[in-house]
Amino acid sequence: MKYVSEFRDKKFIDPLVDELRKTIDRPLRIMEVCGTHTMAIFRHGLRSLMPEGLELISGPGCPVCVTSSAHIDGFIEVASREGVRVAIFGDLFRVPGSRGSLTKAQSMGAQVEVVYSPMDALTLAEKNPQQETVFLSVGFETTIPLVAATILEAGRRQLANFTVFSAHKTMPPALDALLGDPELRLDGLLCPGHVSTIIGAAAYEPLAANYHLSCVVAGFEPVDVLQAVIMLARQARNGRAEVENAYGRAVSWQGNLRAQQLMHDVFEPIDCQWRGLGTIPASGMAIRESFSRFDAEKRFGIRLTETPEPKGCLCGQILKGRKNPADCPLFAGRCTPLSPVGPCMVSSEGTCAAHYRYGRA
Amino acid sequence: MKMTETILLDHGSGGRASQELIKNIFLPQLTNPVLDCLEDSALVDTAAGQLAFTTDSYVVDPIFFPGGDIGELAINGTINDLAMRGAKPLCLSLGLILEEGFALEDLKRVILSIQGACRQADVPVVTGDTKVVPKGKGDKIFINTSGIGLVERGIHISAKNARPGDVVILSGSMGDHGITILGQRAGISLQGSLRSDTMALHRLVQQMLAAAPGAVHTLRDPTRGGVATSLNEIAEAAQVAVELDETAIPVKPEVAAACEILGMDPLYLANEGKCLALVAREHAASLLALMRSLPEGAEAAIIGRVNEGPAGRVVLKTRAGGSRIVTSLTGEPLPRIC
Repeated sequence: MKYVSEFRDKKFIDPLVDELRKTIDRPLRIMEVCGTHTMAIFRHGLRSLMPEGLELISGPGCPVCVTSSAHIDGFIEVASREGVRVAIFGDLFRVPGSRGSLTKAQSMGAQVEVVYSPMDALTLAEKNPQQETVFLSVGFETTIPLVAATILEAGRRQLANFTVFSAHKTMPPALDALLGDPELRLDGLLCPGHVSTIIGAAAYEPLAANYHLSCVVAGFEPVDVLQAVIMLARQARNGRAEVENAYGRAVSWQGNLRAQQLMHDVFEPIDCQWRGLGTIPASGMAIRESFSRFDAEKRFGIRLTETPEPKGCLCGQILKGRKNPADCPLFAGRCTPLSPVGPCMVSSEGTCAAHYRYGRA
Repeated sequence: MKMTETILLDHGSGGRASQELIKNIFLPQLTNPVLDCLEDSALVDTAAGQLAFTTDSYVVDPIFFPGGDIGELAINGTINDLAMRGAKPLCLSLGLILEEGFALEDLKRVILSIQGACRQADVPVVTGDTKVVPKGKGDKIFINTSGIGLVERGIHISAKNARPGDVVILSGSMGDHGITILGQRAGISLQGSLRSDTMALHRLVQQMLAAAPGAVHTLRDPTRGGVATSLNEIAEAAQVAVELDETAIPVKPEVAAACEILGMDPLYLANEGKCLALVAREHAASLLALMRSLPEGAEAAIIGRVNEGPAGRVVLKTRAGGSRIVTSLTGEPLPRIC
C-alpha cells in the first residue's frame, strides 16, 4: 500500500537497527506510553530486532485499559435501562467491571451497538427517536475533540434523545503522576503520536524539565518507532533530556489548537480514577454544566461506586511498567482475551493482550 | 478456562470460544471416531467408497454485499468444505429459516443467486426445507446447506497430514470477504471498492489432485478466523510448526487500506473463495503454476513452509524483518460474517 509499506520495509529498517545498535552505549529503559505503539511494536516483530540492553516497557496509554471498573459498572447500568441503546467502540465490549461486561449485558438483552465514530451514535439517535441513545465514551485527547464536536452537533440538531457518558482522560496529568514514582527509573519516553497531534509536542516540555527525561513523539510505523528510539538513545548518550518530534508529518509543536479549543469548550478537567493507577487530579474530562443536557450520568442519575481491583490481578503494576504480564499469576491461565480478568488483557491494545497474542514464547 | 453461563457472540466467531464449545459441550456427548476428527467434512466409509459429508449454516448480515450474497455463500461454502477433503461434490440440501415480514422479492433474489452458484459449480440442490419464525425471532433469512461428496481411492487429505518440509500455498489474496462485510457494516466506502471473494474451489482442488496425486497433504479454506486460525489448527493437528513470510502473503491494496482504517489484521479476516494448500516441496512449483493457470487460483502464492517444531506454533517473519507469533482468533467484536 502506498505510503504505508515503505515505512515497514526491511530495506529501510535494517540500517535503522544498525544505527540503533551503534548508538546505545548502556542499558536503556524506555516506556512506550501508547497502546497503539505497544501493538505496533509487537505486530511488526520489532521486539525481535531491538538490541540487547534496550528494555521497552508498556505504559498506561490504552484508554480502555485504564477505564475504572466503576465506570464500566456505570456503563452497564445505563445499558440495562429500559428504552436505552448504547453505542460503543468495539474495544469496550468485553471489558470487565465488577459485575460482568457489556458483552454479558448484551446477552441479557441490553442493546449495544459497535460504532466507528461518535457521529454514528448521533445518527443512531436520530433514526430511533423513541429510544435514548447513549454514547459510552472512553478516550484520550485524540477522541475527546470528536466527541465535543458530536455534542455541539447534537445541540444544533436539537436532539433530545442523545447523551454521552464521559470516561475521558487526558495524558499529561497521568504521565506526571506516573513519573513521580521513583521506582520507575526511566531513560526515555516514547510519546504517543495520536494524542500529540492534538496536544502538540510542547505538552511534554514540563515533563522533560521536571523529571530530566528525554521525550520523543513517535509515529506508529516500524520506521517511525525505530527513528524515535534512536533519538532517545542519542539523548541518553549525550546526557540530554529534551522534547523532540519524530512524527513531524502528523504532529506540530503546538498541536491542533482548534481541536484543543473544541475540547475545552465542551469539557472541563475533573479528578478521575484510572484503573490500576488510582485517582489522578484533573486527569478526567467531564461535560460542562452548559451542556449537561447531553450528560448521560446526569440524565440517568448514575452514581459511580468504586470497587476494588480483582484479586491477584497485576494490571496496576503492569500499567506503571513495574511488572511484565508474564509476572502475573493469572496471565494466560485465568486471564485470556476471551475471559479477561484485568483491563490490560481486554483491549486489543492492552499490554497483556499484546503479549498474549504476539509475545508468548 | 471458565465457561460463561450464557452463549455469547464469541461462541460463533470460529475462534477459541467456538472450539471451547465444541470441546466442552458437543464432543463429550456426541463423541465418535468420525466426528472427533473435527475436519471440514466427515469421511464415512461405505461399500461404494468413501463419502464426504458436511453441513454449515449461514447468518451473514447484511445478506446482500458487494461480490455476493447469503445464497451464493451458502452454496460455495459447503462445496468448499467438501473440496477441502479432496471430495468431488455430488449434491446439496438447502434449509431456509425465514423471518415473518421478509420481502418475497429478496427471497427470490437469494434463490436466483443460489441457482446461479449451483449451475456455476455444477452441483445440484436435491432436497430442501423451509421454516418461518415470527418477526423478531430471526433476522430476515438464515440458510443451512449440507453436502455430500465422493472421495476417490488413494486421496488422503487431512490437517493431520501436514509434514515438515511442506510448502504453504494460499490460492489468492487474503481478507477480501471479511473486510467487505466489515466495511459494509462500518459504512466505509473506499476507492477500488471491496468485494467478497465467494467462489467454489472444487475444480481447482480436483485439478491439483489429478496433477500431483499424493503431493497435496492438507487443504483448508480459511473462513472465520482467517488464515491465522486455520494454520494454527493445522499446526496443532499435525504437531508441526508453520513459518509465514509477511511479504509473500497476497493482500489487495484496498483490503490493506481498509484494515488500517478499521484496525484489523488481515490474517484474521474471513475468506470465502480461498484455500490453503500444504504440499510436498518437490511439487510446490508445478502445483503453484497449475493453480495460477486457473481462475480460482490466478493470484496464488507460496506464503510459508512447515517446520518440525515447536509443534503447534505459527510464526510470521514480518515485512520489517522481525518475527512474531501468530495465534488463533480468540473471539473479537466482529459482526456476523458468513
